[in-house]
Amino acid sequence: MSSIEFASVTVRYGRRTVVRELSALVEPGGWLGLIGPNGAGKSTLLRAAVGLVDHDGEILVDGAPLDKRSRRAALLAYVPQSPVMPHDMTGYDYVLLGRSPFVRYFATESRHDRSVAMSVLDRLDLAEFAERPLGTLSGGEQQRLVIARALATEAPILLLDEPTSALDIGHQQQALELVARLRRDEGLTVISAMHDLTLAGMYADNLVLLHEGSAVASGTAAQVLSPETLAEFYGVRVTVHHEADGTVVVIPRRESLTG
Amino acid sequence: MGAEQHDVARSRVRAVGWWLAALAVVVLAVLLGAMIGPAGPSAWRVPLAFLDRIPGLDIDSGVSDAEWSLIWNIRMPRVLLAGIVGAMLSVGGAAYQGVFRNPLVDPYLLGAAAGAGLGATLMIAVWGDAGADWPIAPVPLVSFVFALLTVAATYLVGASFGGLRSTTTLVLAGVAMVSLTTAIQTFVLQRNSEVVREVYNWILGRVSTAAWSDVRLVTPYVVVSCAVLFLHRRHLDMLRVGDDEAATLGLPVARVRLVVVAAATLGTAAVVAVSGLIGFVGLIVPHAVRLMAGSGYRRLLPLTTAFGAAFLILVDIPGRTLTAPAELPIGVVTAFFGAPFFIILLRTREIAR
Repeated sequence: MSSIEFASVTVRYGRRTVVRELSALVEPGGWLGLIGPNGAGKSTLLRAAVGLVDHDGEILVDGAPLDKRSRRAALLAYVPQSPVMPHDMTGYDYVLLGRSPFVRYFATESRHDRSVAMSVLDRLDLAEFAERPLGTLSGGEQQRLVIARALATEAPILLLDEPTSALDIGHQQQALELVARLRRDEGLTVISAMHDLTLAGMYADNLVLLHEGSAVASGTAAQVLSPETLAEFYGVRVTVHHEADGTVVVIPRRESLTG
Repeated sequence: MGAEQHDVARSRVRAVGWWLAALAVVVLAVLLGAMIGPAGPSAWRVPLAFLDRIPGLDIDSGVSDAEWSLIWNIRMPRVLLAGIVGAMLSVGGAAYQGVFRNPLVDPYLLGAAAGAGLGATLMIAVWGDAGADWPIAPVPLVSFVFALLTVAATYLVGASFGGLRSTTTLVLAGVAMVSLTTAIQTFVLQRNSEVVREVYNWILGRVSTAAWSDVRLVTPYVVVSCAVLFLHRRHLDMLRVGDDEAATLGLPVARVRLVVVAAATLGTAAVVAVSGLIGFVGLIVPHAVRLMAGSGYRRLLPLTTAFGAAFLILVDIPGRTLTAPAELPIGVVTAFFGAPFFIILLRTREIAR
């Protein structure tokens, strides 16, 4: 299990500052939910972690900086918002890509790499898709394969950028339950950027609310998801229900009904 | 689990089937190329003559020494050169398509062909006398150098605008360099209209004047180029999920792209220098192989090499027999026979889907 820490991370696109002096610590085995309106910097923060955009400040895994490309790839498995699914690549070949950080430059995947990929497919009940081209699979099946590819890396930290935005409510739940189960069984540390506040609060143990690149609220779902906070940063009218089991439910209100 | 293992085993069998098919097609193409021609012995005697040359075998092929000399010194270099050129253009096209993640690009994208064309034009039209006492043929040499220089210039222009992070800038830099180079070439040609025909012949592409020396000249470049490309087949597969995701999987994307483009360009420039600008092959052969055998680069690169070689050898046969003793430029024949074949392939695939 590994921790990941952001120490005053700043990301600029040209003159525009997209993430501003952001600090956050995710304990080993923790799940941090990044929430915030469109353009708040959630995706950018994740992209900075995996090295797709340059950043100031430090991103530390178990207290050490991510200096080398191969080390970063082996420690952080990244699930992008809209993954590219080559339509005639088989499920097995796709999941095998997750082993790439461990394959030496001119080598090919070892027997071990292939068996890891196969066992991930088995564990996620995806074996039936091993020889199927990705183009023939549904959105939910594809999303599970993307998660499988991330798991094949056997990285201790999983970064999910809007993992459920393209899925229906059933597949959203299925995908998040899968991540929750893997987190529990394999001790993964998870950071996910999410739009659905109820789901974010339900699965993550801590939330950070980003607004214009800064962390404006953080804590448990009960602390962060208050009608006042959401009104201030999302500009929405919501009712927040606290259920008996601790679930925080965010319900948008129509103007005519709230007056 | 059993079913999947069965699936994996079946796909292995399929792969072996493809290798055997590719090998058979190449051998058949070489044999046909050696057998058919406007002059020489009866076609069926040629395979016997080849067998006769194998040490330990003694077969009465009925092929005279003069006829064997025709087969070995005229037809064979031509067949092999066509094969090498076809293989290189095809595998170069597949590699370019891989690093640019675009099935519509060919190995001339960044200016290899335009540069070679300018080099040849300058050599023929302007510096004609200067190369007279060079130890090797001046036109191929200069077109080779110009092809490499043009692609290098494209790369530098693209890089100076951040083109190493995205392919779009690089492609646009290529468009600009091709236009610029072609404009200069047109200007030179217009000022030296007496060489238009000679330059035009060069541009249309040919393997007709091939000799063993041509084969020896290009082989080292093509071997190095293909070796480097084959070593990057896994990286090309990674790039299929896009630059960003490949980078998060640990791939040094910009470096891989540079190495692959450099290797593909080296081989392409070498074959263009001896054969002129043969279009269509680098675009269509990889695409046809994709339609038949899938897009994975581990299978695509070797199969493309084999089928590209066979394709150019085969289309060269009508090129030299249909209008014998005159020659059809091979660049014309590739498109004339390749395009209908490709359309048929595309149609059958669409119907099968």
